[in-house]
Amino acid sequence: MIQSGIGSRVLALALVAPAVAVFGAFFLLPLARLFVVGLSGPEGWRTYAAVLVEPRYLESLVSTMLLAAAVTAVTLAIAGTSGLFLARNRFPGRALLVALLTFPLVFPGVVIGFMVIMLAGRQGLIGTLSEQVAGQRIVFAYSMAGLFLGYVYFSIPRVLLTVMAAAEKLDPQQAEAARALGARPWQVLVHVVLPALKPALLSAGAICFATAMGAFGTAFTLATRIDVLPMVIYTEFTLQANIAMAAALSFVLGIVTWLALSLARSLAGTSVAAAA
Amino acid sequence: MSRDPLRFEPVPVRLNACAKTFPGGTRALEPIDLEIAGGETVVFLGPSGCGKTTTLRIIAGLEQPDPGGSVFFGSEDVTALPIERRNVGMVFQSYALFPNMDVAQNVGYGLRVRGIDRRRRDARVGEMLAMMQMEALARRRIDQLSGGQRQRVALARALVVRPRILLLDEPLTALDAKLRDGLRLEIDRLLRQLGITAIYVTHDQGEAMALADRIVVMSGGRVVQIGTPRDVYFRPADPFVADFVGTTNRLQAQAADGRLHVLGADVPWAGATGPLAVLVRPEDVRLDAVTGQAEAKVTTAMFLGDRTRLVVETGTGETLSIDAPGRASFAIGDTVRIAIDPDRLLAMPL
Ligand SMILES: Nc1ncnc2c1ncn2[C@@H]1O[C@H](COP(=O)(O)OP(=O)(O)O)[C@@H](O)[C@H]1O
Ligand SMILES: [Mg+2]
Repeated sequence: MIQSGIGSRVLALALVAPAVAVFGAFFLLPLARLFVVGLSGPEGWRTYAAVLVEPRYLESLVSTMLLAAAVTAVTLAIAGTSGLFLARNRFPGRALLVALLTFPLVFPGVVIGFMVIMLAGRQGLIGTLSEQVAGQRIVFAYSMAGLFLGYVYFSIPRVLLTVMAAAEKLDPQQAEAARALGARPWQVLVHVVLPALKPALLSAGAICFATAMGAFGTAFTLATRIDVLPMVIYTEFTLQANIAMAAALSFVLGIVTWLALSLARSLAGTSVAAAA
Repeated sequence: MSRDPLRFEPVPVRLNACAKTFPGGTRALEPIDLEIAGGETVVFLGPSGCGKTTTLRIIAGLEQPDPGGSVFFGSEDVTALPIERRNVGMVFQSYALFPNMDVAQNVGYGLRVRGIDRRRRDARVGEMLAMMQMEALARRRIDQLSGGQRQRVALARALVVRPRILLLDEPLTALDAKLRDGLRLEIDRLLRQLGITAIYVTHDQGEAMALADRIVVMSGGRVVQIGTPRDVYFRPADPFVADFVGTTNRLQAQAADGRLHVLGADVPWAGATGPLAVLVRPEDVRLDAVTGQAEAKVTTAMFLGDRTRLVVETGTGETLSIDAPGRASFAIGDTVRIAIDPDRLLAMPL
């Protein structure tokens, strides 16, 4: 659009003003407040240093990030593959399958945690089966593994729907053109299909990562001993009444998640520009 | 593989009893037999939905013909080969370029998947871009190209791997009229220069006539006529072809004793007798105030520059389109006398 300078700039400012106001009121102010509260403890700025120095907090931060990264990778693999397949194939029962796969959307994290316990808890299905088959009860619901399972289950629907929507918009003739040029199926996938899906995969992956970083309900249901960051924040806040520490940890959690989201956005942005 | 980038091996193509029924029961194609000579440019022409693309995709290997059909490239039966092993060039209406690659990478893609090393690939891509006069665009992104440039990149990408045959599905349909004419001339020049066997699908009769060695006219999943552009235009097999390829007037007539009664007058006639439908093209109807056989009233006059297209209504109640010279001017309601040369009439059984 070609419009002369000042008038259009004033108009643009006027148009973004409400968004800026909401952003300031509900995001920047609380975040700044959180940051200040983090500094208010007896340790002052060392509260923040403790997040990165004290093993208990650092380990929690690292393991939460690793868990979120693993959940993201596995969810992208599972939901990416099945989303691509479902977008490309029509068969009887497809609608039912999509409905089943997107079912976890309706549950809060607490219910997901409950379902993990039913599956892999002390009285769970896996435990009962493994006892009968191998004579030993396999129980992993109350650990990182249980949390991982719950988060993957919880994340699949969002990624699946995003990938399916993107895959249905792909131009099938691009793949056909590649095949005509002699590309084998894996080459079509790697050279043509995945690059076209990259923006969708990145944005779905970023949301998946952010959700896994901050999810609390599932972890709380499974066990209070799982040291993911939201659990540590909860413990600091309610049990230790260490409000400054809780605020500092929350601030760091927010920053890490925000960094992951904006990294994905900038990567997706470059590929979107190249794909336009 | 010959090293001369400008000449292709002329590979003949043969279809034997190729039919296509889609799952769900749509019969897109009745069994068709077709022989295409090496180096020939054949155009599939017909209205939308008549089965042109389906036939092209069977030749490409993107669709399997119904059991019993077979496709030959030269003496090789390729029916069972998937497209990636047929070595065909394909050009689509939507260009189907890879947006994540620049122009040179798009053109070089077929060489890349064949495992040809970087240096030889770059050389061949450079050669190809030079032939299409697109060297300056090599590093452009696809979204920085016009429609015409995109389709030329798609052509270069299809040709650089030296395909056995080139298949084009409505390659000009997405372009605006001006670009279309320019690119059509370029494709024509290219196909003749390369000598490659080419199959070109279009619903545009002008494009078909300009490019084809032979036209295959299709309708409702059947081939209705195969012939040179002149054959199809001057000796259409049936009223459908006559009407689809150019414009025709269809008149009721009665023939007996060496005379044909048409438009309320008699003309000498040596053809079939009895009640007939006769076809006549607008440019074959003359306006002649002296010898004209019939009187007619102008109902529409459309000035087209090089000619004026008139629609007239005769005393017998028939409507005709007539091409008059561009410089003659007419008003609605004018009375004209029209003359038809019997040589220019085509008789069709009723
Ligand atoms: N994949 C498909 N499944 C079902 N019907 C199809 C499919 N592709 C084409 N058809 C049908 O086959 C007929 C011929 O289509 P097509 O070959 O694309 O025609 P054209 O290219 O001449 O416009 C049409 O009636 C179309 O609806
Ligand atoms: Mg078509």
